[in-house]
Amino acid sequence: MFAAEALVAQNIAFGIIAAAMIFGALRVVTSKNVVHAALWLVTVLAGAAAQYLLVYAEFVAVTQVLVYIGAVMVLFLFGVMLTRARIGNENNLNNKRSAIGIPVALLLFAAMATALIGGFKNEKLPGPGSGVDRIHIASISDSIFSPYLLPFWALSFILLVAVVGAIVLARKD
Amino acid sequence: MLINEFLLLGAILFCIGVYGVIARKNAVMVLMSIELILNAVNLNLLAFALRNNNPDGQVFALYVIAIAAGEVGVGLGLVLLIYRNKRSIALDELSEMKG
Repeated sequence: MFAAEALVAQNIAFGIIAAAMIFGALRVVTSKNVVHAALWLVTVLAGAAAQYLLVYAEFVAVTQVLVYIGAVMVLFLFGVMLTRARIGNENNLNNKRSAIGIPVALLLFAAMATALIGGFKNEKLPGPGSGVDRIHIASISDSIFSPYLLPFWALSFILLVAVVGAIVLARKD
Repeated sequence: MLINEFLLLGAILFCIGVYGVIARKNAVMVLMSIELILNAVNLNLLAFALRNNNPDGQVFALYVIAIAAGEVGVGLGLVLLIYRNKRSIALDELSEMKG
């Protein structure tokens, strides 16, 4: 009984957050104001963090909030500021033939939706009360530090290179 | 919860991101659209991690987040450099490679 109620609550939460994310994403790609687009992107990223909680990925959700909403958005706003985008509406943010993107996106979505609906049909995710053990954070760290240690090192190196590269690129000499 | 709910939401976000990459001229806006695409991919990875009860999906999602952070850092550095040299970040004005 408790499991069934939790499932209903999960579905309602998913619907509300999904609607907010889709609306926010549409505003990101249609807004005429760069700063507004960046702030709508925050909506989408926060909604994504909430969706991660719904699939029981707590650690990834917290990382999403820290890295995306905390760091990446500040970088974006700095980028907007340093390239002196006009504060307020701007009319030449889109390409001349931007309408070609609409059929491309729709076709892509039609292809993916056909494949997904045909492939997974009504398959359910293991919800509350299904008796399946959750993925614990300890098992994530076990994965990172034993089978995926080499990618982890490569990732650390990439981040180091990105930091040094960004400084070298952006420095005035 | 159906697995398709998450996968279709990911597909919608991915397509909106693709539209943004095609339609936008401003380089910062294109980077934002790329973030949308990366988030759509993360949503799929986590849905599959739950479906297969396997932590690998979450590990990959964390790696994607880290790579995205590095990508934005370097990308905005490049955009800044382009702005400094050309006083504009409109991508259709960068046509020096055209013969």
